[in-house]
Amino acid sequence: MSDVDASPASAIGWALVRDVRVALRSKGELGVQLLFYVIVVSLFPLATSPSREVLATLGPGVLWTTALLASLLSLPRLFAADFHDGTLEQIALSRRPLVALVSGKVAAHWLTTGLPVVVMAPLLGAQYALAAPVLGTLTLSLLLGTPILSLLGAVGAALTLGARGGGSLLALLVLPLYAPVLIFGAGAVDAVRAGVSAAPHLSLLGAGLLIALVAVPFAASAAVRIALD
Amino acid sequence: MAADLLLEARGVAAQRGHATVFTGVHFALRSGEALVVRGPNGSGKTTLLRIVAGLTMPSGGEVRWQGDAMRAFDARLRSVVAFNGHAPALKDELTAFENLDAWTSLHGAPVSSDKIAEALDSVALSRRHRLPVRALSQGQRRRIGLARLALCDRALWILDEPLTALDAEAVDVLGELLARHLAANGICIAASHQPLPLEASRMKSLSLGEPS
Repeated sequence: MSDVDASPASAIGWALVRDVRVALRSKGELGVQLLFYVIVVSLFPLATSPSREVLATLGPGVLWTTALLASLLSLPRLFAADFHDGTLEQIALSRRPLVALVSGKVAAHWLTTGLPVVVMAPLLGAQYALAAPVLGTLTLSLLLGTPILSLLGAVGAALTLGARGGGSLLALLVLPLYAPVLIFGAGAVDAVRAGVSAAPHLSLLGAGLLIALVAVPFAASAAVRIALD
Repeated sequence: MAADLLLEARGVAAQRGHATVFTGVHFALRSGEALVVRGPNGSGKTTLLRIVAGLTMPSGGEVRWQGDAMRAFDARLRSVVAFNGHAPALKDELTAFENLDAWTSLHGAPVSSDKIAEALDSVALSRRHRLPVRALSQGQRRRIGLARLALCDRALWILDEPLTALDAEAVDVLGELLARHLAANGICIAASHQPLPLEASRMKSLSLGEPS
């Protein structure tokens, strides 16, 4: 037997590189998710009011809610494709630690679906007449919040593997878990608009991110093993 | 590979929902032996292979590797198993070469690109190695599965219906791979409806009955 590199870091790297490569080969899917985000965000000003005041009030909530929905839209691709083509079995049967492989997959998911949402946010926020400091806080809150969405979503995506109507079940399971992220994320932006510090909200988001980073890979890999049984 | 490998099933039973699929499956395989699992559709061949691979827990009995009872996803088993299941475990977006590269490195034993090219050559896919797997036929995908076996140094091969979609030439390749694996003291357990290209002296067989 040859020597095996079973270190967690190299397992995270393997899953990250492979998933990003696969995602970049199917750019259409990535594009659909990002376009969904752009279009839904742009629909609200058309449907409500052109008044700057109303838009500035609505803006943060709309951007955050749409980020949630865009994340939800992309969740099935996290594990379902690997589950159906048998790759997930190979991943679970490999000598590398499953927890690390799952972490790498979640990181790849965030890089390909969460990060574009963060990058687009300042541009889209401009439609809502948000001032520069508000846009900055919005982007920062999304930067802290979208990885939590990918992480929490990973548990839901793994739990609903193989379930009939997995997509709608996933929404029911994950959206309530997303609520605290939405509250603190949009809350941070509202705080800045009200002229107070966003630090408490952002700290809570950061704390949530740390907890999710530690706990989620274990929960998601346990769910993957159950799904394969 | 060591010449004293031992894979045993002791009274293995499986359930699907409330229905018993099979009970009391016994076998023992030593280095250089192959087990062919036969039985009608629904008799639990795939379930048995998944239990041996450690993907599924048996509802009764145990699987032993080198005398030790294995849990699901047991690390000792994971380091020796090569599992070729129903699904080909290939990414449509990647080429055959990239799939093999990712697979060998996933299993912790990356091999040189020359070796991968050689393995693709042995299954007559070298001219197609730049195409994404999406563009390959069912049989060609199964051939990549064969190339995977050629590249791995795993002691325990678990093959679910390895002949599906293979043409005569690919069946010969499989026969060669199996002969080489068993001669190198490997163990193989395969589920198949058709006769496998195996030396009779190395082959044991197991019949699973009708589902009760």
